[in-house]
Amino acid sequence: MQYMALIYAVPNGEEGYEGDMMADYGQFTQDAIAAGVYVSGEALMPETDASTVRMRGGKAQITDGPFAETKETLGGYYLLECADLDEALSWAARIPSAKYGCVEVRPIMVFDQ
Amino acid sequence: MHAALAHAFKAESGRVLAALIAQFRDFDLAEEALQDAMIEAARTWPSSRTPSSPGAWLLAVARRRAVDRLRKTARANDEALLQNLSLLAEGQPEDEAAQEIPDERLRLIFTCCHPALAQEAQVALTLRTLCGLSAQEIARAFLVPHATMSQRLTRAKAKISHAGIPYKVPEGQNIPARLEAVLSVIYLIFNAGYAPRNPALSAEALRLCTVLHHLQPLPETAGLWALMDLHMARDPARLDADNTLVSLKAQDRTLWDHPAITRAKTRLLHALAQNRPGPYQIQAAISALHCEAKSWETTDWTQILALYGALYKRSPTPVVALNRAVAKAHAGAPEAALATILDLEAALKGYQPFHAAKAELLAQCGQPAQNEYARAIALTSAPEEQAFLRRKQQEIS
Repeated sequence: MQYMALIYAVPNGEEGYEGDMMADYGQFTQDAIAAGVYVSGEALMPETDASTVRMRGGKAQITDGPFAETKETLGGYYLLECADLDEALSWAARIPSAKYGCVEVRPIMVFDQ
Repeated sequence: MHAALAHAFKAESGRVLAALIAQFRDFDLAEEALQDAMIEAARTWPSSRTPSSPGAWLLAVARRRAVDRLRKTARANDEALLQNLSLLAEGQPEDEAAQEIPDERLRLIFTCCHPALAQEAQVALTLRTLCGLSAQEIARAFLVPHATMSQRLTRAKAKISHAGIPYKVPEGQNIPARLEAVLSVIYLIFNAGYAPRNPALSAEALRLCTVLHHLQPLPETAGLWALMDLHMARDPARLDADNTLVSLKAQDRTLWDHPAITRAKTRLLHALAQNRPGPYQIQAAISALHCEAKSWETTDWTQILALYGALYKRSPTPVVALNRAVAKAHAGAPEAALATILDLEAALKGYQPFHAAKAELLAQCGQPAQNEYARAIALTSAPEEQAFLRRKQQEIS
């Protein structure tokens, strides 16, 4: 079986973190790889960089920011490789749940080497 | 500011900035480089001859400054980047006047008005980049603190970069929805200037629409252009000597700019002939019917009512329903109009034009309207409109 671990935390809340969070994440990833449980993992850009798409009446409604309906909960994800946000949104609009729920599109964070 | 420079900035900054963003794909870097070029111009233009093509001059200098800035921030080990930057700087010919400025403003306007940005951010970014207004000026126009507006602009630019909002003109099936977003930003800017009277903003909206139509002539863009021109043509009759708003019914129609009305109507007819109607063309057609009428009494309300019906089919919003009801009242059915308006109460409660229209209709149907006028007045912030409603309230008491 595969499990997706969803990481919820206060944005930029690492000030209260004891120790070096980046190093600890690196260590955790290494441990998970060594144990053979790691499939993939990414950090996301903050929700201020999110866009949300809903298909209503055959039209894509695009809005700034993350979803707001509290009844809607995360039910799955796709990791998509696209040239730009327009391409990502056009794929997101084709995900079936976009017709009754919504799909939040958030860029994957790229770390400086 | 040096007069030639102030003029060049007003006329060319949007175009220069759009070209810089196209090249460097960085809004902040482009703004800073243009700022550098302006400082350079302020220093050198008064003592030497003003360049024959100020825009091309500003672009060439700004490009070099942008490269300088990139060089400073590039790390020593980014050898490939440094080499590219050298090539970029060398590629600039000395004779700026011979350079044509590529017009990238269409890409810029579609990027600034991308639906993945909040609409208030779209408006602010459009005014900042395409119209060259400062954050302070935009803050004042929209009555928000300077810090809030600066933050809104910073956040919008960050999202464009982080989320990968493309710098391109939309294609194919995306065009209608994306054009709609651009046109509604332009009309919002126009109305922000028109209603409480900040003519500079309305002028910016008109200029943007003209540029948009020049770069991409589409019927709806022409429709919005005609609609705004028709509003402007009636502007001289909107306020009386006491700064009180004059209703369309009471306006002195000889004060309207009739040559401008004729020009706008020609443009609208040309757009309508392309047989791709949309909400702005319909609204312009309604406005044109008002402008054609010699008096309030001879206005073609039947046709206006039909046009509101067509508009409602395309955008079935409570506000359009309200306008259609008002037209119905003028077309001779005030009782039916009042019934419609009462049905809209739940959707439009607290919306000033709703209460003003309801008060008017109640009075017209011989029902008590004092309280409704009081509600409309309480919801009005513009003094000239308050005075107008008070006068109406007094007429029935």
